[in-house]
Amino acid sequence: MKKIVLTTFVLIASIQLSAQDLFDVLDKEAPETENIVSATFKGTRIVNGHSVENRKEKELEFIIAHRFGAINTGVEDLFGLDISNIRFSFEYGLTDNLTAGLSRASVEKTYEGFLKYSLLKQKTGVNSFPFAISLFGSIAAKSEKTIPGIERARSFEESLFHTAQVLIARKINATVSVQLTPTYVHRNLTATFDDPHDIFATGLGTRVKLSKRVSLNAEYFYQFNKLDSIDTTNSLAFGVDIETGGHVFQIILANSRRMVEKSFITETTGNFFEGDIHLGFNLSRTF
Amino acid sequence: MKTIYALLICLFLASFTNAQDRYLTKKGTITFFSESPMENIEAKNNQVLSIVDVSNGQMAISILMKSFLFEKALMQEHFNENYVESDKYPKATFKGSILDFENISTSKTKIKVKGNLTIHGKTKEITIEAMTAKKDDVLKMTGEFFINLVDFDIEIPSVVKDNIAKSIKVSFNFNHEIYKK
Repeated sequence: MKKIVLTTFVLIASIQLSAQDLFDVLDKEAPETENIVSATFKGTRIVNGHSVENRKEKELEFIIAHRFGAINTGVEDLFGLDISNIRFSFEYGLTDNLTAGLSRASVEKTYEGFLKYSLLKQKTGVNSFPFAISLFGSIAAKSEKTIPGIERARSFEESLFHTAQVLIARKINATVSVQLTPTYVHRNLTATFDDPHDIFATGLGTRVKLSKRVSLNAEYFYQFNKLDSIDTTNSLAFGVDIETGGHVFQIILANSRRMVEKSFITETTGNFFEGDIHLGFNLSRTF
Repeated sequence: MKTIYALLICLFLASFTNAQDRYLTKKGTITFFSESPMENIEAKNNQVLSIVDVSNGQMAISILMKSFLFEKALMQEHFNENYVESDKYPKATFKGSILDFENISTSKTKIKVKGNLTIHGKTKEITIEAMTAKKDDVLKMTGEFFINLVDFDIEIPSVVKDNIAKSIKVSFNFNHEIYKK
C-alpha cells in the first residue's frame, strides 16, 4: 500500500514538475535578443529643443506651436495672451533614422530647414549600448528684409543662421529620461562687431513620466559665450506632454518666446524667476 | 528497498519519456487583430517559443511583447509604452495542457487546450479549441480565440475607444519540431 502511495506521489510530482520544466527549456532555448530602447521622449521636442526621437519612415508630423507674451506684462496684454508667436513645421521621416523638416516662424519671418539623423540607439541585451545619439543640423533664414540700424536690405547670405547639435540621451528607466545637447550656432551677420559669429552652448533636458500618457519635461540651455549687443539669458523651459493616439500636446512655460534653435538658445532675454514667463503650446499630429 | 527501486524507475521513466516526447518551436507565429469602426490594427510576432509534451499534454508558451510588429511604428510604440507596458511586463506566457492529448494523430484533429494565460502581469484561465496534427517530427498547432482587454487590465483611453476593439482576435500557428537536448 505504502509503495503505491509513494509511486503515485512521485508520478504526480514528476508531472507537476514538468510544466515548470517546460518553461526552463523555453528560457534556455530563447535566442538572445537585441532590444532597442524606444520612447525615450514622447515627442520629437523636449520643450523647445529637439529630442533624440525621430519620425519613422514615411510618417509625416505636423507641429503647430504658439508662444504668448510674458505673464508679467500684466492685465493690459491679458498676461501676454494678446501677443502671440506662431510656428508651423512639417517633418517627414525619409528613413526610420533620418527626418527632414521645414518650418516657418513668425518671429523675424524665419524659414528653417533641418535634418536629424539617429546615429546610435540605446540598446539592452545583445550589443547593449547605454545612450541614444542623434545629430541635428539646421539652416534658418530670416526673411524680414530690414536690418535694425542699417538702411539697406539684407542679402540672402546675411539672413542665414546655422545650428549643429549632438543629442545624447539615455532612458534611465521607464519613468526618467535625460538628454545632453552640445550645440553650436553660427550667424553670418552679427548686429555689432563685438557680437560673436559662433556661440557654443549645451542643453540639458529631462522628462519624468507622471502617468502612461502624461510626462513632465524640463530643458535648460547653458551658453558658454553670449551675444554682446543684447543682454541674453539662458533658455529655461518646462512642459507637460499629453499624448493621445497620434497627437502629442505640450503645454509650455518658458523664458523665451522664440522657437527656432538659434533664437531661443542665443537670443533669449527673459528672466524666468522675475516673471518673464511665456505660456505656450506645441500641438503635434503624426500622419 | 523495493520502494526505492520503484521510485527510481518512476523518476527514470519520467525523465526518459519527457526527453523523447517534447516538441519545440522558436518561430511560432501569433497575430492579433483589433477591428473597430475607425481602424483595424494588426500585429504579428513570429518569434514565439512554444513547447508541448505529447506524453502528458503539458504545454508552455513564451511571447516577447516587443517582438510584435505593427504596420505603423507609432502604434508599436504605443502598444509597448501605454498598453502592455513591455518594460514592466516583457513577456506574455501560457501554461496549460491539452485536455485530449491522446487524440493527437497524423490527421488533422480538433483538441481542447486549457490553462493560464498571463498578459500585462494579469493571469486568466482560458479554454480554447485548436487544430493539431503530428506528422514525422513535426507537431502542428493552429487556432484562434478572443481575449478581452479588460481581463488583463489593459485600459483604452476614451479618446481612442473607437480605434481599438475591446475584444481582440488572437491567431496562432506553431510548427513544433521534436526537441533533442
